[in-house]
Amino acid sequence: MIEVIQPKPKLRRFHQARWDEPIIFELSQPGQRGVIPPAVEEGIKNRVGDVLQTLPKNLRRSIPPQLPELSQIHVLRHYVRLSQENLGVDLNIDVGQGTCTMKYSPKVNDQLSRSTKIQDLHPLQDENSVQGILEIMYRLEEIFKEISGMDRFTLQPGAGSAAIYTNVAMIRAYHAYHGNSQRDEVITTIFSHPSNAACAKTAGYKVITLYPDENGYPDLDALKEAVSERTAALLITNPEDTGIFNPQIDQFVKVVHEAGGLCSYDQANANGILGITRARDAGFDLCHFNLHKTFSTPHGCGGPAAGVCGVTNELAPFLPVPTVEFDGKKYYFDYDRPLSIGKVRPFYGVAQNLLKAYAWIMSLGGDGLREVAEIAVLNNNYLMKKILEIPGVSIPYSLDNPRIEQIRYSWEQLSEDTGVHSEEIGYRAADFGTHYWTSHHPYIVPEPMTLEPTESYSKEDLDEYAAIIKNIVEEAYRDADFIHGAPYNSTVHRIHQESFDDPQSWAVTWRAYKRKSGQTK
Amino acid sequence: MHQTSFVHPYIPNSVPEIKQKMLEEIGVSNIEELYRSIPEHLRLNRPLKLPQPFRSEYELVRHIEGLLSKNISARERLSFLGAGCYQHYVPAICDEINSRGEFLTAYAGEPYEDHGRFQALFEYESMMGELLNMDVVNVPTYDGFQASATAIRMACRITGRNKVILAGVIGKDKLSKIMDYVQPDIEVVQVPFIESTGLINVEILSSLISRDCACIYFENPNYFGTLEINGEEISAIAHQFDALSVVSVNPISLGVINPPVEYGADIVCGDIQPLGIHMYYGGGHGGFIATQDDPRFVMEFPSRLFGVAATDVAGEYGFGDVAYERTSFAKREEGKEWVGTAAALWGITAGVYLALMGPRGMMELGEGIMQRTRYAIEKIGEIKGVKIPFYSIPHFNEFVVNFDQTGKSTQTILEKLLQRDIFGGKDLSREFSNLGQAILFCVTENHNQKDIDLLVSTLAEVIHD
Repeated sequence: MIEVIQPKPKLRRFHQARWDEPIIFELSQPGQRGVIPPAVEEGIKNRVGDVLQTLPKNLRRSIPPQLPELSQIHVLRHYVRLSQENLGVDLNIDVGQGTCTMKYSPKVNDQLSRSTKIQDLHPLQDENSVQGILEIMYRLEEIFKEISGMDRFTLQPGAGSAAIYTNVAMIRAYHAYHGNSQRDEVITTIFSHPSNAACAKTAGYKVITLYPDENGYPDLDALKEAVSERTAALLITNPEDTGIFNPQIDQFVKVVHEAGGLCSYDQANANGILGITRARDAGFDLCHFNLHKTFSTPHGCGGPAAGVCGVTNELAPFLPVPTVEFDGKKYYFDYDRPLSIGKVRPFYGVAQNLLKAYAWIMSLGGDGLREVAEIAVLNNNYLMKKILEIPGVSIPYSLDNPRIEQIRYSWEQLSEDTGVHSEEIGYRAADFGTHYWTSHHPYIVPEPMTLEPTESYSKEDLDEYAAIIKNIVEEAYRDADFIHGAPYNSTVHRIHQESFDDPQSWAVTWRAYKRKSGQTK
Repeated sequence: MHQTSFVHPYIPNSVPEIKQKMLEEIGVSNIEELYRSIPEHLRLNRPLKLPQPFRSEYELVRHIEGLLSKNISARERLSFLGAGCYQHYVPAICDEINSRGEFLTAYAGEPYEDHGRFQALFEYESMMGELLNMDVVNVPTYDGFQASATAIRMACRITGRNKVILAGVIGKDKLSKIMDYVQPDIEVVQVPFIESTGLINVEILSSLISRDCACIYFENPNYFGTLEINGEEISAIAHQFDALSVVSVNPISLGVINPPVEYGADIVCGDIQPLGIHMYYGGGHGGFIATQDDPRFVMEFPSRLFGVAATDVAGEYGFGDVAYERTSFAKREEGKEWVGTAAALWGITAGVYLALMGPRGMMELGEGIMQRTRYAIEKIGEIKGVKIPFYSIPHFNEFVVNFDQTGKSTQTILEKLLQRDIFGGKDLSREFSNLGQAILFCVTENHNQKDIDLLVSTLAEVIHD
């Protein structure tokens, strides 16, 4: 008889890969090679002679770059080991990175994007040779127009914050065109993504930040006081990072419009409202989506991503060039847009991610997108129920209105009771093979945690994540020092963070480390 | 309530029984109740009118492949297109690593559960540091355009001045980005290139610089592929006025070309697309910015900078954000410009590329590209009626060809090349009309002698057609 194998324990006995992998320079063996470039034929060499001799002395490199020298398998093995010391959506229940909409990125879309017919397209090819990708871009714009209600889109920005910046640049061009350059203030809210404030400032605006009222809504009265003939625009996220949908959003738009300002809707994360409510229906002039959030393109450790900006007809003349047009027979670029803000990035956008987002939408359709939103909201509220059963946690602001797709929680009570900080829960969460994030700064909500379960996770996944958090909290109440020592099962132990803020000890490259640690001059 | 009759493979909880069970646990009767905070007048209240979806993966693949089949890639033809996006060979290991799900599907991460990402990006910074001979390199920004625009604004913050000199040839698209980006408070002075050489007009430069200039910005090689041989003199002029020298460089040239710091650059920037990243119709870009390890410079980076540090356990490398407080993540509008998701995976990929190439690979590649470029210049220059405007200047990767004497327009020439299955270069006749009927051609290590000879003979044929 075969021996009975006991069931798995409730929590995984996870241990992250710990390869003790050296820095790649330490693996270098002089003479080894990873790849060999194609040789130059004698016919070319004989014809041109020593080309390096034609370089003036100060342009000719005399000492070769001190790059590591490794054979191919050692480069491969090094990086595969590093990849094993990383957790992506493919590996973990990635609900801990709230605001970022960590959902499943379908493999089929990655495979399609590796076709030579997208991978090896040069952006300056003749339009006749790129009708396929232009058609995808054109169709994608039509889709985003329907999802948002806006009149035109640009697909050019490289990511979400670049899309915010693009919107601000269009707002600036619009006011300049209408002779309203005195409008030098942008209003945003503290629970809108920090890039709204930062991009506005970068574009030359003074930033006014609204804080929430006692219910967690941005304060409408504060907005009424803030607007004036100097108001250029309102940049606002909804639902905000708290997961609260501002039901008076159209009133906000009205107040700003009456003062002569424009309104830009940060829909980076629209995952809970697809097919439910749209930027245009709340009166917005501009909006943007992050394709790496709501529309499933993989996050790639922080890009490449893609951002798209939608505008009304009134703002459309200011869109970056070129736009993609269709004359009934052929797709083509339109550069003849004299009021355009110009280029925000080389060429036309992150084409492979446009393709992936298009494929994702075409696998779901209108009903499917709505199902995405509904399940994201269902999952969020279900996870909330599980998390609220854990001692020491709370949710700031009234729960009379349910949260949409994410929630900012607070561990203030736990921290008071045990001295364990929210960050440390994250360190310990790594021991269970999962990721955890606090919130953007500043911590308006004390000891924050932001969870966003999207539509990609099953009920069992959510139960498991909640069980991990519950276990950590129980550990904290039992023995806070144990949490202070975490992580234990990760690739590395507590990092000496203080050196990162001291110019004497920070080291952004291996050469700087060697020098500052006295190992080289 | 919205009813769906399907279970979608990407949505585990779309199974009706599971949904019902979760609703019961939450204590609501339907999902609509969870949306009660969204008022009726803001509701769409109709289905989205989108194209019919493809429920099966097979049908989806067939649809997308059908669309893609209308494209003809530069790999299926002989292409001489460059102008900011380059068809170099991408080693297999580059794609192998950036396709790993652990990297491809991870995000911001923390240094504990995502140690691998931090180490890979620290190594990218470090190998770029060796290529550039500089101590500080950022986690990539979006692209080379953004890197240039930010490097210029950094120079203004570092010097406390708000006038900049853009010297020599800069592509019109990049110039458009820079002009938009410096618009709020920076005055731009442009110094022309010399029409016979493509080099910066140092005389005019000297007459225009003043003590209120933050920097001189120039590119090497420039948009025309010519190398700026007076870099040292130009940096010295900047330094005489306590201004900075900011240089945009093509990193793949640095196996054989001296890195800008060696001729006086203070901030170096550029695009990493040539380093092991496919063109992706313009989706393969990533921007780098590098400086020396001076806090006055480091504190002005908007980007993330990953550093190395000890941990509680001997023999472990820990990683984290250097000087995080300067970023907009930490300080919103009080941070430096902004930071966000940009092009990290391309940073990891460029690191893999540099590790594979090593010093010898970069030297051989650089020399080979220069040889092929020179060969193409000389051979094309022999065609009757064709002129190479900057013939005597060393080039890297790219070169301008003028067709004024042939009586053929660039448009005609490019169309005829296309008919013969050759993607000719970038038409400059509108972008730089002062160059006349000119085309910018690009040659990389992917072109062998036969390819170049075919371009030469085909050009001769179409010109005299």
